[in-house]
Formats: sequence, C-alpha cells, structure tokens
Amino acid sequence: MKFIRQVSAIVQKDLAAELRTKENLSAMVVFALLVLVIFNFAFELQGLDIRALGAGVLWVAFTFSGILGLGRSFAAEKDKGSLEGVLLSPVDRGAVFLGKAASNFIFISVMEATTLPLFAILNNANLPWFPLIPYIVLGTLGFAGMGTLLSAVAASTKMREVMLPILLFPVSVPLLMAAVNLTKGALQDRDFADIANWFNILIVYDVIFLVIAFLVFEYVVEE
Amino acid sequence: MSDTLIAVEKLDKTFGARWALRGISFRVMPSDIVALVGPNGAGKTTLLRALTTLARPNAGKIFIGKIPLLQHANAARAALGFVGHQTFMYDDLTAFENLTFYARLYDLPDATARIHTVAQRVGIAHRLNDVTRTLSRGLQQRLTIARMLLHEPAVLLLDEPYTGLDKVAADLLDAMMLDAKSEGRAVLFSTHDLERGLAIADRAIIMKNGRIVHDLPRADWRDLAGFMQIYAEVLGDK
Repeated sequence: MKFIRQVSAIVQKDLAAELRTKENLSAMVVFALLVLVIFNFAFELQGLDIRALGAGVLWVAFTFSGILGLGRSFAAEKDKGSLEGVLLSPVDRGAVFLGKAASNFIFISVMEATTLPLFAILNNANLPWFPLIPYIVLGTLGFAGMGTLLSAVAASTKMREVMLPILLFPVSVPLLMAAVNLTKGALQDRDFADIANWFNILIVYDVIFLVIAFLVFEYVVEE
Repeated sequence: MSDTLIAVEKLDKTFGARWALRGISFRVMPSDIVALVGPNGAGKTTLLRALTTLARPNAGKIFIGKIPLLQHANAARAALGFVGHQTFMYDDLTAFENLTFYARLYDLPDATARIHTVAQRVGIAHRLNDVTRTLSRGLQQRLTIARMLLHEPAVLLLDEPYTGLDKVAADLLDAMMLDAKSEGRAVLFSTHDLERGLAIADRAIIMKNGRIVHDLPRADWRDLAGFMQIYAEVLGDK
C-alpha cells in the first residue's frame, strides 16, 4: 500500500503542477493539431484515403507530440534539483518510475483525446471508436513507459532535446509498427483475426519494455 | 557502533582520475553538532552527498545509526534530513503542496498537522498557500528546512545552510540546530561562515583535497581567532 501511495503522490504532484501551468499539455496539443492540419492540406484526406493513410497521420501526430511532453518530463525535475529531493526520500525507484510513466501516459492520452475528434472532423470521418481506442491506449502505454525511462536517460545528457528522439525512435519501431497496423486495421474495418499478430506484438512489447524500464530505472537515476 | 548516529569508515570517492574523497573516517554521536569546513573543492559537498545516498562512494562504509547505508539505502534515507545547494522544491506548486508531496513520499501520518507545525517553526506558516516560485530565496530556504524537518529525522545534514538567509532566518536555523541537539539528533553541516558556524558547533572537521586534516573538538580551539590560526595553517596562508 505504501508503494501505491507513493506512486499516487508522484502522479498527483505532476497533475497539480500541469493543471496550474498547462505548459506541457498545451504545447503537445497544439503541436498535434498542427500536424493534423498540415497533413490535411498536404493529402486532402477524404473517404478511402483516410483508410489507407489515416493511421500513419495519427501516429505521426501522437509520436512527435508525445516526445515533446516526454522531453519535459525529467528535464524540469533535473533543472530544479527536485528529482534529487525525491531520490533522497525512502521511495522505491520503481515507484518513481511508475508515477512518472503514469503521468506521461495521462498527458499523452489527453493530447490524443483532443486530437482524435479533430481528425474525424477534418476528414469528415465516422471513426470506429471501438476497437480504435483500445489499440491507441495500448500503443500509448508502451510509448509512455519506454519514453519515461529514456527521458530520464536523456535528461542526464547535455543534448537532451536531441537525445530523446534518437534514443526512443529505434526502440519504439516494433511498437509503432504494431500500433499503426492495428489502427489501420480498425480504420479499414478488418477482422481482428487478420491483425491479431500485430495485437500480440503490441501486448508483448508493452509487457517486456515496461518490466525492463521498471527494473533498470534505478540505475538510470542514481549515480 | 550502537550510540553512533553517523559512522564513516575509509570512504573513497573519485570523479574520473580525480580523488574527491580519500580515506575519510569519522563518527558523529547523538546531540553532536559538527561543522564541516574547508576551502572550495575540499570535498565537503561530496561527503554530504555520499551520506545522503546521492553520490555513490568507490570504497568504504557508512552507517546511519546501525543501518549500513549502501546495503539498506531506503531505511537509512528515512532517518536522514538534508538541505543542499538546491531547494528540491517544485516551483509551480504551493509551499503547502510541496510539503504535502514530501510528506506522502515519507508516508507520514497526520501530514497536515505536521506541515503546519514545521512551517510555524521555520516561520513560513503565513506563506504556505503561495506558489513556491513567488517566494524569495530566503523563504525558499526556510521551506527547504521545513522539508528536512518534516519526518523528524535522527540525522540532519546541511550543505551551506546559511546561504540566502537573512539574520533572523539564520538565527532561526541556529535555534533549530540547537533544538535538534537537545532532542538527541546529530547535526553535520558544511559552512564557509566560520563565525556563525563555529558559534554553535561542538566539533569542527577541517577538510582539504578530499581528506580530513583536522577533527577538532571545541576544547581544542579557544575562540574564533584560535580556530582561524589553525585553519590558516591548514590552508597554507601562514
């Protein structure tokens, strides 16, 4: 119970700080909306096009906008030394990871929840919310988890803004391939059996990388 | 070991090829106030960071009470309070929210009552609902001291705690350290303000180039002038 209370304290702290400033979320949402608008003008997505290209457009918006948020996740803590304050406390490092990952998952999910309706409006599309939302949630889970770990790594380097995408994109390739293919399957109204392999890959990625990130986080944040 | 609150044995720490700490050994007993002094780069901050688990030593042992720090870090952390160069506070949260956050990390019961008690003690009770970024450096330092006291640690470690404090706040800090002494806690603090620091210290440890060059009980120096004579010899000013 103590572990859960500590995770919850970290999440509530991040949410309270974000609700007061809205710096992170507003930047992420504006960036994602810009990506959608640019793609809309570039491809004039309509009808069948959204079935072919929509998944890619959505995940480009989610990924790049998500990286904006993830980059800020530990940078602010390092700049103010507040991460050291957390590390001075008798808190399991796994609780710190889970707290930060949960905060990042919430921020990215809010950005996605704002982006999806606009995507539907811009493209005059009737989105299949089920199973689209579960696929996006699973993709976001792995992305936020791995992104949280690598954000902590990048925050310790001098070129942290550049380092995060360099570290995160190669590791995220299997996750993004699975998420894009599942999203495309949902937009094309395909049978689940046709895309079940991608679903399995996504689940396995989420489990493996969340466990790895949970276990190695201690070595990333401590000297 | 049983009565000792801090025991450091043959502690070494390097940054690359440079020795930051070399063969550091000392003990601090309950109700001891120990001043850690020395020139810049002597290793004071590194030593304090090693004692708080923020820096990992290359060799040596540290015990907080009976707890081996490197083997049982979380148990030791619960017994430590630290004030460092940075405030460890979140600028966008209020003072109260910051203290509540740390109270929850320490899993403290009756957090709100305890927050009000320590805030009263360090003189920030009237600013608890202010966003931390709007507080002056001195008030932020008081808030940092409140965070250190929140979980009533047995060992207080302070790195240059007088920085940014006005005379009233510095007097308050001295009173807090003397209270800690009377409550049987151990206090180890680094300072360049020798006059103020030595006025309340029971012992002074002089460091230079990562080594302890003198460990002087109060009886070994008559007054500030006497201490300055020893200190100048250590620094090679004489």
